[in-house]
Amino acid sequence: MLQSGRRTTSILEVSKLGCVRGDRRLFSGLDLSVSPGTFVQVTGPNGSGKTSLLRILCGLLAPAEGQVTWNGANIRSLAEEYYTSVTYLGHRHGVKDELSAIENLRISNALNGVAVSKKRAHEVLGQMGLAGRESLPARLLSEGQRRRVGLARLLVCNTKLWLLDEVLTSLDKGAVALVRSLIENHLAGGGIAIVATHQELELAAGRTKRLELTT
Amino acid sequence: MLRWIVWRDLMLAWRRRADMLSTVFFFVIVVSLFPLGIGPEMQLLRTIAPGVVWVAALLASMLSLGRLFANDYHDGTLEQLLLTPQPLVLVVLGKTLAHWIIAEVPLVLIAPLVGVQFDLSRETLWILFASLLLGTPILSLIGSVGAALTLGLRGGGVLISILVLPLYIPALIFGAGAVEASIMGASAAAHLYLLGAFAIVALLFSPWATAAALRISLE
Repeated sequence: MLQSGRRTTSILEVSKLGCVRGDRRLFSGLDLSVSPGTFVQVTGPNGSGKTSLLRILCGLLAPAEGQVTWNGANIRSLAEEYYTSVTYLGHRHGVKDELSAIENLRISNALNGVAVSKKRAHEVLGQMGLAGRESLPARLLSEGQRRRVGLARLLVCNTKLWLLDEVLTSLDKGAVALVRSLIENHLAGGGIAIVATHQELELAAGRTKRLELTT
Repeated sequence: MLRWIVWRDLMLAWRRRADMLSTVFFFVIVVSLFPLGIGPEMQLLRTIAPGVVWVAALLASMLSLGRLFANDYHDGTLEQLLLTPQPLVLVVLGKTLAHWIIAEVPLVLIAPLVGVQFDLSRETLWILFASLLLGTPILSLIGSVGAALTLGLRGGGVLISILVLPLYIPALIFGAGAVEASIMGASAAAHLYLLGAFAIVALLFSPWATAAALRISLE
């Protein structure tokens, strides 16, 4: 789908997407096309389907109708191949309480096929403001700190599509600014970030699309 | 990749050793209650030994099945595992292997010791060991399907027993049968071969079933 002019090719295409949870229809006929370097902010009241939309986009949830394509191929048929380009952070942190921050980071990345050296992991956690707490079991960290451990993955993954679901909850101002700069860098590198959030996230650079879901 | 998953689960189990030990203690206590309750009637003890040890092993492995996916499910790491760029079957296989090592291998190792209470001969104790060694992977493999299906359900613990215990019956029959044959002085080979065959069938089918069940549970 090459388009001339200033517009770039969109690599994530959502067409006529519909989602049904239980016997409630959350949304239907949702169309969206996203090109590299775009930030999509998904907003809407509680229960409007923000989480469901992100779960459909990452393939955890099968859409009731419509489809999602990545580089022209349906993500349902791409399966594992798709996950080399996607990082999804849900509203559950995905951080193991029994493991330390550094172990969490290294293991979750190893499972995604990205080897992170101890030194690099220390650097990254330092950047996330967790210096000195790298070796504590995550259960001793505060809610916001655990969130930061989860977010540290964004610094080491080299995926193109970021799907972030309510990641700003329980983060302080400094951490929100950090996430904002992470996303800005990601967009500058041609990445895509789709973020479901109640808080406004004003980005200095990059294209911003707003997607408002209603109940 | 498989290595990382197994290593991760082993490390997590090590950090919560109490869970692992409780399964082993449960097994030892249940098996020991029978000789204590029945008294020193060697003939009777020898007769019931195969069934008692095997049933205790089934129940002990039920205890640990609930934790196979539930912890990962609650902290969100399970959905992260589903989103890794590797076949889900491989992830499932890794977790099942780790579960076998954590929950079943200690039982296999300790079974000959607790078997002594039933006045079993040395040869029979070896057969008991071999039958559990071949049979416990079946428990982990089939159990993982049940664990995945009941994930996130309330009262999943009871439901998982109802789902999985009937499927354990072939393993129980051939496992206990092997020990029984050995007590009678017959060859246990036929039972062990069948147990091995059943383990292979379970290995071929259950990871796929578990992977499918996990996808459904996480929707």
